[in-house]
Amino acid sequence: MASTAPSIQEKAQKHNGKPVQELDAVVVRFAGDSGDGMQLAGAQFTNASAIFGNDISTLPDFPAEIRAPAGTLAGVSGFQINFSSYDIYTPGDQVNTLVAMNPAALKTNIADLEPGGLLIVNSDAFTPQDLHKAGYESNPLEDGSLKAYRVIKVPITTLNREAVKELRLTPREADRCKNFFALGLLYWLYERPMEPTLRWIREKFAKNPAVMEANTRSLKAGYHYGETTEELPVHYRVQRAPIPPGTYRKVTGNEATALGLVAASLLLDKPLVYASYPITPASDILHQLAELKRYGVRTVQAEDEISAVGMAIGASFGGAIGATATSGPGICLKLEGINLAVMTELPLVVIDVQRAGPSTGMPTKTEQADLLQALFGRNGESPVVVVAPTSPADCFTMIIEAVRLAVRYMTPVFFLSDGFLANSAEPWRIPNLSDLPKLSVTHPDRPNRDGRFMPYLRDERLVRQWAVPGTPGLEHRIGGLEKEDITGNVSYDPLNHERMVHLRAQKVANIVHDIPPVRVEGPEEGDVLVVGWGGTYGTIATAVQRARRLGLSVAHAHLRYLNPMPGNTGAILRRFRKILVPELNRGHLRLLLRAEFLVDAVGLSKVQGRPFLVTEILNKIQELAKK
Amino acid sequence: MATMTTTLPTLTPKEFASDQEVRWCPGCGDYSILAQMKKVLASLGIPREKLVFISGIGCSSRFPYYLNTYGFHTIHGRAPTIATGLKLARPDLSVWVITGDGDGLSIGGNHLIHALRRNVDIKILLFNNEIYGLTKGQYSPTSRIGTRTKSSPLGSIDNPVKPLSIALAAEATFVARTVDVDINHLTEVLHRAAVHRGAAFVEIYQNCKIFNDGVFEYASDKSIKADNVLYLEHGKPLIFGKDRNKGIRLNGTHLEVVTLGSGITADDLLIHDEKSEDPSLAFMLSRMVHPEFPEVLGVLRAVQRSTYEELVLKQIEDVIKVKGRGTLQDLFRSEDTWVVEGPRSQMQDAST
Repeated sequence: MASTAPSIQEKAQKHNGKPVQELDAVVVRFAGDSGDGMQLAGAQFTNASAIFGNDISTLPDFPAEIRAPAGTLAGVSGFQINFSSYDIYTPGDQVNTLVAMNPAALKTNIADLEPGGLLIVNSDAFTPQDLHKAGYESNPLEDGSLKAYRVIKVPITTLNREAVKELRLTPREADRCKNFFALGLLYWLYERPMEPTLRWIREKFAKNPAVMEANTRSLKAGYHYGETTEELPVHYRVQRAPIPPGTYRKVTGNEATALGLVAASLLLDKPLVYASYPITPASDILHQLAELKRYGVRTVQAEDEISAVGMAIGASFGGAIGATATSGPGICLKLEGINLAVMTELPLVVIDVQRAGPSTGMPTKTEQADLLQALFGRNGESPVVVVAPTSPADCFTMIIEAVRLAVRYMTPVFFLSDGFLANSAEPWRIPNLSDLPKLSVTHPDRPNRDGRFMPYLRDERLVRQWAVPGTPGLEHRIGGLEKEDITGNVSYDPLNHERMVHLRAQKVANIVHDIPPVRVEGPEEGDVLVVGWGGTYGTIATAVQRARRLGLSVAHAHLRYLNPMPGNTGAILRRFRKILVPELNRGHLRLLLRAEFLVDAVGLSKVQGRPFLVTEILNKIQELAKK
Repeated sequence: MATMTTTLPTLTPKEFASDQEVRWCPGCGDYSILAQMKKVLASLGIPREKLVFISGIGCSSRFPYYLNTYGFHTIHGRAPTIATGLKLARPDLSVWVITGDGDGLSIGGNHLIHALRRNVDIKILLFNNEIYGLTKGQYSPTSRIGTRTKSSPLGSIDNPVKPLSIALAAEATFVARTVDVDINHLTEVLHRAAVHRGAAFVEIYQNCKIFNDGVFEYASDKSIKADNVLYLEHGKPLIFGKDRNKGIRLNGTHLEVVTLGSGITADDLLIHDEKSEDPSLAFMLSRMVHPEFPEVLGVLRAVQRSTYEELVLKQIEDVIKVKGRGTLQDLFRSEDTWVVEGPRSQMQDAST
């Protein structure tokens, strides 16, 4: 279980000279200064664990400042990974092993370490100066304040400098490898394979043999330190998870989003034009796609958010897949453009990697508070499709779905990811090509009424045709002014406007017939239905499973389609006595469910820039079930 | 793509008219620009379906509705972004942006600069009437200081921008100016813009009959304009005036108006070089303002540089040449993979 102490089977095997304990799941967190390379150490630990065969879920947590003053609380960067021998859905509530590279990292992370948990500290960093920067009045390594934990003091800086001494690096260069020393120690502690990381070092530093050698030595020195030190009497093993057979790779949500966009482009045999302006936490999608030029991806770094959406719309008008990504502040700027795509009924994919707002808010911290903006943030009656992925790997599936709906229904589609999904990683089973959705789109090549082309003539689904410039005989004009039904000519006719407003709304509403029903995980009826959306899936699923094991009558329904909602949503809500809606906002979905289905949904709100803990949701379920 | 041997149907200007009634005010300069545009289109030999007119918001931005080509009347100031996206999707199309002084230099100033510096192969026609017409007469970013409007009853105090200076500062590869009623010159400049490969920026002095009538009279009235404008010709000295006896000379770092004769000859005058890679002299020309100077008309700058869409596609082609065109299988396996067989997994080194 992710959030409880791992069950320990005292097998006390002898391995590498020290006994081995088997664990089901472990949560490790690396924490240090933002210059200490903690994200890198975490990512390497994740790769090694995934390749070893564990299930994994990760939570990077880093400051917005690239280099806040060294040693300060503001500069602490952390990376948490949960790895297990069974299916897991969350990065874990409580940390079992914390690596703290300095006093500030200790101070900001110690509260999440379970009582009795393993605390590995770089004792070299606990100098009076750094203790003072972290706000410690006395040294916690000496004043007894850490006695609830198993504290392992390792002079990492000294040991690491010793390990690379022969390479004649400057102390500064030598210290840059110390994250690999810590990583090596953790590799020994949890029997991780070193080879994937050694290979990464060889490839990454191929042009700099001294750095390659230094990092290699640091990693191995950390590993060997674990083997020999008296401080660590045992090490641990987490067996491989019974994962469905297949070929896997690790993906973050942003990686999966980029992969899905390219896959959709290849499936549709249409170029992807991806225009984006740099913004945390969405920029990585642009970085990924810019690397994928051999798949024909056309990327632009636009001059601003407005331009990025304009370029995507222009590309769509030209028959390509037009997509753009941003975060909440960027959505504020793009809504005008999105409304143009609503009015002109052009396909458009808008990715919103949500972060804590309002305004600039907390750029690197997660939140789900853009749902109402996506649905209602534009002037006029402006219906759009909104989908939300549930996990990093689900970003792949749902972004393809976003493209499918956009081109099939000539509509903008919002894809609401979030900062947690974007940076969190999990294993992804590479799909068989035959399992991918069949995407197709047709463009008209001849007039559609009496020898003329009517741009707003609709089919039975109320969708207009996607006539692409360059096609002879279909020359037509579109724009943001209200248009006459069928002809598309500018019209200020009152009844025509009303008809068009209804047509646009009905077209999007009709999509309900083309999306899957929402699945209920658990009993089909009962006391409590927990309804979530987007990136909270893993935490809610874990909490609901745990609640059922406690004997409670609880089910979970998770919405991946927010507009339109699946057709069975209302019916499901009515089969439960209580509805609980946990959200990382002040109750957006709850508001919608209450308005749409007249149910007395109860909210559970968290707006701390962090994902829910399983226990937070479990406690609320227990409280509701009793009522 | 049509080849040279394909016989293209010859279209007349009339055949570029759409079925929509033109709704500009009587006497508006836009009528003339539309009429000359149709003539130019008919002369280009580009099939109608390959032409796209994209506009923002304002009186001028109604332009696409009146042409029987593809058209997109977009949102305020954003037309260059939509044109850029379209060119990235379809580099084969001839894409024109129709904008005005408010649309292109106020709300859309940023997009204009960036479309120009990227050298997207689009033709941007900025109808400058120094006023907001569609919103019924407020001063614009090009209005001269002291312009009295509903929003500046005591006269505007905002220093105006010079559209050509902005285009040159953005390193536009084609920069020109012409006048709505100067039919032959307008046609010639539009044609040159059309055949330029890369971003072309054309400022058109356009009279707003209702809110700013006569603001360009000095440059359009046949009886006086010869002394107030200077027609640029590549490789020729800068001479102007009714009697062709005045010229522009470079004095140190400044331009000055001189009268020919009494020791000053055409050899002393600045020779116009539209092909100069250095836009500095063109920039000085863009700063010549009536009445101190004649205002220049014609092509200030016409240089060649790769277009943006060419470069985007070239990077893709180059990568494909080296690595081969990517398939879905390549895409999915672009990072380390491992195989899970039944209940046990096995490490696999994907790079071997």
